[in-house]
Amino acid sequence: MAVEKKPRVPVREQAPEVRAHNFEEVCYGYNAEEAMAEAARCLNCKKPACVGGCPVNIQIPNFIQEVKAGNFAEAYKIITDSSALPAVCGRVCPQESQCEGKCIRAKIDEPIAIGKLERFVADWAKENGIRPTGADQKNGHKVAVIGSGPAGLTCAGDLAKLGYEVTIFEALHKAGGVLCYGIPEFRLPKDKIVAEECKNVEGLGVEIKTDFVIGKAKTIDELMEVDGYESVFVGSGAGLPRFMGIPGENANGVFSANEYLTRNNLMKAYRDDYDTPIYKAKKLVVVGGGNVAMDAARTALRLGAETHLVYRRSEEELPARKEEVHHAKEEGIIFDLLTNPVEILTNEDGWVCGVRCIRMELGEPDASGRRSPVEIPGSEFDIEADAVVMSLGTSPNPLISSTTKGLEINRRKCIVADPATGATSKPGVFCGGDAATGAATVILAMGAGKAAAAGIDAYIKSKA
Amino acid sequence: MYKITKKEQLSEVVWLMDLDAPQVAQHCEPGQFIIVRTDEEGERIPLTICDYDREQGTITIAFQPLGVGTQKLLKYEEGDSIADVVGPLGVPSELIDEDIEELKKKRILFVAGGVGTAPVYPQVKWLHEHGVKADVIIGARNKDLLFFEEKMKAVAGNLYITTDDGSYGRHGVVTTVIEDLVENEGIVYDRCIAIGPMIMMKFCTLTTKKYNIPTIVSMNPIMVDGTGMCGACRLTLHDEVNGDEVKFACVDGPEFDGFKIDWNECMKRMQMYKTEEGRAKLRYEEGDTHHGGCGNCGGDK
Repeated sequence: MAVEKKPRVPVREQAPEVRAHNFEEVCYGYNAEEAMAEAARCLNCKKPACVGGCPVNIQIPNFIQEVKAGNFAEAYKIITDSSALPAVCGRVCPQESQCEGKCIRAKIDEPIAIGKLERFVADWAKENGIRPTGADQKNGHKVAVIGSGPAGLTCAGDLAKLGYEVTIFEALHKAGGVLCYGIPEFRLPKDKIVAEECKNVEGLGVEIKTDFVIGKAKTIDELMEVDGYESVFVGSGAGLPRFMGIPGENANGVFSANEYLTRNNLMKAYRDDYDTPIYKAKKLVVVGGGNVAMDAARTALRLGAETHLVYRRSEEELPARKEEVHHAKEEGIIFDLLTNPVEILTNEDGWVCGVRCIRMELGEPDASGRRSPVEIPGSEFDIEADAVVMSLGTSPNPLISSTTKGLEINRRKCIVADPATGATSKPGVFCGGDAATGAATVILAMGAGKAAAAGIDAYIKSKA
Repeated sequence: MYKITKKEQLSEVVWLMDLDAPQVAQHCEPGQFIIVRTDEEGERIPLTICDYDREQGTITIAFQPLGVGTQKLLKYEEGDSIADVVGPLGVPSELIDEDIEELKKKRILFVAGGVGTAPVYPQVKWLHEHGVKADVIIGARNKDLLFFEEKMKAVAGNLYITTDDGSYGRHGVVTTVIEDLVENEGIVYDRCIAIGPMIMMKFCTLTTKKYNIPTIVSMNPIMVDGTGMCGACRLTLHDEVNGDEVKFACVDGPEFDGFKIDWNECMKRMQMYKTEEGRAKLRYEEGDTHHGGCGNCGGDK
């Protein structure tokens, strides 16, 4: 049977020229009518490929069928059976390379807008006061979770649903990890979405202790030997920002993306009523091509800077989500591709005054399969700038690995964990997310948190 | 919330507070720091731990209200609570890991300047409790800025006080005292620990370098999270063997080998937010009455 061609229901967004000057959310999302129309496009495949593309295996066609029928509460239940953070995933998952990337409908016209539907269902539930429900009874086993980012929240939520008494230890003053300090308000609203999703996890019976640095205020060994936690999940994230190691990098006006985004997102420096300062550049260069680089560039633009994004490969290799690149371009970010900084230029006060770059061309494919960039000799040129944001990824924070006996790390200093169960070299200690893999995505961290929750459940049951 | 159990003015410009933070008090060691945040809109302020009482579950901090964050903190009184206290952060002073018998054989000199006098005290006290006598120099611009003289006298070997204007103790800066002790009194120090304003620590290391006295300094650069995440606190250490090395004060420090620090870079980095801080300070001090004139806020337009 031939399926009639019918493109996606377009999603409403703030106009680029308007949103380039505010921190309100870019995408408005679907309303009920739009969501039901988009859901009707789903072919409800017998063997749904989309589910396999989802790191937390949401039963996608099932929830979409409920949306189609207008049973949004039921759709929410189906999603939350698999995901602790649907309002987050609907907004920040790289759907094009996961669920939507596998969607059969793409062969006919366009894949189903699964992410937008998930977001609609989660937002609808929030507006209607529907929250996920936890276990009826506690099972008396205590588990500690380190870090309240996507991995930690997912692991804690799943364990709480199984009846475990879970405590999350968060180093910062707010829960959410990267959802709070890293991803900007215009992509993921903090009060409306992140705080609410954390509240949902607390609603399952999870306690979140903020201002608590494991490895400093207490060690994992103390949690297990003194405080009676039978198992610990480490979801402490990626941690330390990387720099290029080029001359001038410690000049005033050179920031890590982590610093720049933390000032703006966690500390709300863009708002007049918050005290934390942020440097309002006139012309700012972001170095890097990932989602974090896009976030930093679009933040700088909103703070009033002419913003350049310098990336050493070509557009095709940009690791960021397609939607972010698209939004960034629409808003007016200037992409200087196949370009790499070689030196930060400074004035007599020690402030950045420019970036010396070199042009690149793509050579042979490297180990990652991507064509590696090669410098074109003699092609150096200068970009004028009064601020630079380095967005080159992060390396794991040694706070946990250096203070826990018997915890094996690999040569990249990531904690070694079995991807299937999260188990580490230390009995009872599990790990997942960026702490184990190095910087990756929210949803992969959630997948790891989920796997570890099952691993911890099996571990504790095997001891009983 | 974290309760302020004691507030005391130490000098014209320095205040002390005891904070109820059992988790930090249980685990902190001399040399470490905490981050405090007064309220939802407040900054995260790094402050060196000056003392702790494990039984009472309290820690002591000292601060000089300069920016908005510390000015706000000053408004809080005994019995009030602040939003956040997190720590202990950073690496403890290396002294606490050393063999006490070895330390007893060493001549140790502490150099304290301004608000830095407060974090010097617990280290000297710790040594005193372990039977090690250390000499202490306290420097201040004038008599009204001095504090902890009696407390320090009780735990130090020799205490030397100096004021820039000669209004109390010796006349001159701390480096003059170091030169006098080494050159005129012939004391051979094995180690120096300097805590105070960056400019004082810089000149202190220039002086001790002349005499080859290994010198540890406690850095307090701009920081946001204090756990290694933001990299704002990065500084360069020059090493003749390994070349330059970038370190994060929050996780690798706050104490470093003073001879290796790139002081000029550190001092420049301290100026990074001067304009923004000034703006925030004016907004805080003048509130709604501030409508321009500062040249920064745009209120003139």
